Amino acid sequence: MTGLLEVNNLGKRFGGFVALEGIVLSVRPGERIGLIGPNGSGKSTLVNCICGTLRNESGSVNFDGRLLDGATAHQRTRRGLSRTFQLPRPFASLSVADNLRIPLLYTVAARGGSLRSTADLEARCFDLLREVGLDKKAKRLPRELTQVEMRKLELARAMAAEPKLLIADESMAGLTHSEVEEILALLQRLNEHGVTIILIEHIMRAVMSFSQRLVVLVSGRKIADGDPNTVVRDPEVERAYLGQ
Amino acid sequence: MRSGLFLLVCLIVGGSVFAVALELGNDYYFFAGYVVLQYIVLATAWNILGGYCGYVNFGSAAFFALGAYSTVAVHRLAPVPIPVLVAIGGVVSGVVGFGMGYLTLRLRGAFFAIATLALAVVLQTLIVNWDFVGGSRGAYIVRPESIAPFGSYIRYLFLIMMLLAVGSITVARLIERSRLGYGFATIRDDEQAAEASGVPTLRLKLIATTISGALMGCAGAPFPYYIGYLQPSSAFGLDYAVNSIAMPLIGGTTSWVGPLIGAILLGSLQQIATVTISSAVNLLIVGFLLVGFVIVAPNGIIGLVQKYIRHRPVEPVGRRPVSADAPEVAP
Repeated sequence: MTGLLEVNNLGKRFGGFVALEGIVLSVRPGERIGLIGPNGSGKSTLVNCICGTLRNESGSVNFDGRLLDGATAHQRTRRGLSRTFQLPRPFASLSVADNLRIPLLYTVAARGGSLRSTADLEARCFDLLREVGLDKKAKRLPRELTQVEMRKLELARAMAAEPKLLIADESMAGLTHSEVEEILALLQRLNEHGVTIILIEHIMRAVMSFSQRLVVLVSGRKIADGDPNTVVRDPEVERAYLGQ
Repeated sequence: MRSGLFLLVCLIVGGSVFAVALELGNDYYFFAGYVVLQYIVLATAWNILGGYCGYVNFGSAAFFALGAYSTVAVHRLAPVPIPVLVAIGGVVSGVVGFGMGYLTLRLRGAFFAIATLALAVVLQTLIVNWDFVGGSRGAYIVRPESIAPFGSYIRYLFLIMMLLAVGSITVARLIERSRLGYGFATIRDDEQAAEASGVPTLRLKLIATTISGALMGCAGAPFPYYIGYLQPSSAFGLDYAVNSIAMPLIGGTTSWVGPLIGAILLGSLQQIATVTISSAVNLLIVGFLLVGFVIVAPNGIIGLVQKYIRHRPVEPVGRRPVSADAPEVAP
């Protein structure tokens, strides 16, 4: 089967520092992938290159059968590639509901999709708010939200763009056990609706329970890719990532 | 309030101000009022890029001067009515605004601000060396003594600037409540997150620089008729650059109301100071007020009012849900 996302020989440097080198990654539609690696291994750089925030210097990214080279970040979002940020980056001056209206207006409506009227837009916005449990805080400003609510808002905003592939960059960092379970359940439901998910996470329990496949990056190179239980027992992964 | 109704209310208010000034029977009020109205247009125009998008433009004087010098250039070629000159000034400054945006909008923060300042310096140098529009010697525009049915010519200029002020406020309010305004707000808050949400940030910023530049050019177009003798130092004056920034900051930048309040407050104070003390204290007043507001009310008068009336979380002033089928103001 052709991959939804095909990353071919991707490379990125920051001056003399090699952030990514020869990354090859194929993601099939509907897959749940865990992407792990120690700090500085290039996970976020890879996400930034895939999503168009950074330009890769070598290699290419294909998404949904189309080459993304030269496409801006917003064009990639409109094509169905959505992401969350490692640290939540809400639109601080807009209400929680407005934060979701932005991708609905600029991505879904711009695609000429399901939003045909204001009523459709509002209904979709409040469906999403209910889905993540923020419907009672729709008119609040992001600064009034708790940490987990902020993470949920970040996810909901990415979901609002109706992605085919969602990249969740450390969406559970700093959360309690039960909060992690909430976010995992949310991602699981999203995946059941057909959205392919790449989960970048340091919480191994969450990654192992969620992922069908595990990819490991170390020092900008992919060192393992496969079944999660097999990958975590890989001696190279144990040595580089788990510190054994 | 719908935009049509809002425009009607603005026109009624503007008409009333004009009628009161007529009733006072002293042309000084028209001269002073013209300056305040001019600052309403400039402050509102600056706020479209600086307030809504968060891109600080130090080159307001350049766009204003472009409008003024467009008038001088066209005046040399053929006698043209002022409304046409306003349109020409708007187009010229709008095109330059677009070009400036294209060249500089990949810069952010202080770098963008310095680039706009550089634009003003470059344009002033070009004008100083362009003899056709008077160069460093300046250019005279002899305005007629009177024009029917307004009587004194300054009344006509006042009315034109009043219409421009009404127009610019209406445009700003329309933007604020449209999909475009939402896009601008996301650029101000977080440009990367905006792109990740599908907002075409570069295109929106180009729209903002073009509209902002065009409105400033419109404000500058009647200026040669007002001042009578236009020279580079007066058209590119520091007053315009500083006031265009200070007025929205003092009034509040998140809404069209802020620049309006700031321009009326600061513009009127400056006019009063000019008559009662000296025109030299104008910028001193701006400086003191700006420092005071930065300390006491960093979000301007609007922010101060919001802070005191906020019993419950409210949406930012002027914001309301934008419909998916709203007029396609944004791309």
